[in-house]
Amino acid sequence: MNQEQLVQTVLDALREVAPETDTASLRPDRSLRDQLDIDSMDFLNFIIGLHERTGVDIPERDYPKLTTINACIAYLTAHTVTR
Amino acid sequence: MADFRMPSLGADMEAGTLVRWLVKPGDSVKRGDIVAEVETEKATAEVEIFDDGVVEKIVVPEGEKVPVGTLLATVRSMAPARRAVKAAAQPVEVPPSPAPAPMPPPAALPRARVTPAAQRLADSLGLGLAGIAGTGVAGAITRADVERAVASRPAAVAGRIRSSPLARKRAAELGVDLAAVAGTGPGGAVTGADVEAAARPGAKPAIVAPSVAGVAATDRQRSRRHAIATAMERSKREIPHYYLGTQVDMSTALAWIEEHNLGRPVAGRLLYAALLLKAVALAAREVPEVNGFWTEGAFERSEPVHLGVAISLRDGGLVAPAIHDADRLGLDSLMDALRDLVKRARAGVLRSSEMAAPTITVTNLGEQGVETVFPIIFSPQVAIVGFGRIVERPWAVNGMLTVRPIITATLAADHRVSDGHRGGFVLAAIDRLLQEPERL
Repeated sequence: MNQEQLVQTVLDALREVAPETDTASLRPDRSLRDQLDIDSMDFLNFIIGLHERTGVDIPERDYPKLTTINACIAYLTAHTVTR
Repeated sequence: MADFRMPSLGADMEAGTLVRWLVKPGDSVKRGDIVAEVETEKATAEVEIFDDGVVEKIVVPEGEKVPVGTLLATVRSMAPARRAVKAAAQPVEVPPSPAPAPMPPPAALPRARVTPAAQRLADSLGLGLAGIAGTGVAGAITRADVERAVASRPAAVAGRIRSSPLARKRAAELGVDLAAVAGTGPGGAVTGADVEAAARPGAKPAIVAPSVAGVAATDRQRSRRHAIATAMERSKREIPHYYLGTQVDMSTALAWIEEHNLGRPVAGRLLYAALLLKAVALAAREVPEVNGFWTEGAFERSEPVHLGVAISLRDGGLVAPAIHDADRLGLDSLMDALRDLVKRARAGVLRSSEMAAPTITVTNLGEQGVETVFPIIFSPQVAIVGFGRIVERPWAVNGMLTVRPIITATLAADHRVSDGHRGGFVLAAIDRLLQEPERL
């Protein structure tokens, strides 16, 4: 997956948990929880969405590394390359 | 022959609007298939059918509002044995099944099947539905299909410019046409900074069109608010609530979950909310006075525990659909059900069976940061259990002071049905059950 595809992947997974969100309005460097009002259940669904789309298994201890869109992309980049 | 009638999607529902049929005469259906979409004041629900067979006749056309129980369609049963049993059980004489109805000519077929949510979205984007492949039941086009179609087209074709709220606000203030601004945000979205940059050289004023989707969303919010107002007004007027609360040490439960989740794939992991729900469901079985309905001046106890889960919606309001037989589900199944329910509730696609009255409800306000919630009962239910945030607190164990993660559990119950003494047993049971998570 290239960078552009990863961005789309993250946005698709977000749209699935928060369909009313205008993903275009999200700041890639700001906390997703703050911007989207998502709770732990939405976040888990988001992580599952990322896993289904990329195959990357994200252990619970890494959840804090996935707080922003940029952070998600960096994490997925690192883990899809090394797989 | 089976009758498909307007379902009751909650005790306060009197009528519903048949928004759309997802089947037509001649279609085969099986139990659990979603065959129609019904709109109530509260929400739009996908309505499931409870018989296998072939749709024979559509009785109520799309767009019509009818009372609960009205015949919507008839279904010709596929299983003769079952039909005979049903017919025998009914005192009404059932006419013999007519010969299979001839298939309607192609010209009479309903238009492309589209869910209302998908239609609304497409309308608001000025998007034609031709060429969009449906992935719903019987090939119906869903909201997700429309979104995919939009995502796969360039912004200009979709008739909508990707932009942030700040960008739109600044654009309106500065008189900048968003369509003329090059976006630098995610997915090429126009940001506030882009708008300001575009305004600097001296842009011409532009008219910013109001969002069609925005108007529809406001209507929905207003109607949902009205439904909540009516229900809560009735509850506070009719139900003599009493309130109890207790603090529960969550250290054992949290440690158990951490170990349980270790090395599990994401989709198999539990959240502590699943443990709370299971504990409440089992407690409701132990203290049956909190599980059921107050109807016509008397308490009607419910044998099954259908656990209502209060889910807040981001664009305002809340829904409390049910997880059926929550006391009998294993933790993994309960977690799957909960995860799926939250996702669909927030996407606006609940099913009729979930909206039909739960027997007791749970509200978990913990993530909003409050420690204690004093909930209001959803009439005609007779109890609701609330949970706040888990907080670290000094805690005495065997005469020694230690620090533990503590959650405050509250119960609001109907004093016409139970007293504080019995209500106390509910919270005590929840506490006890949460100390033995492996047995939940």
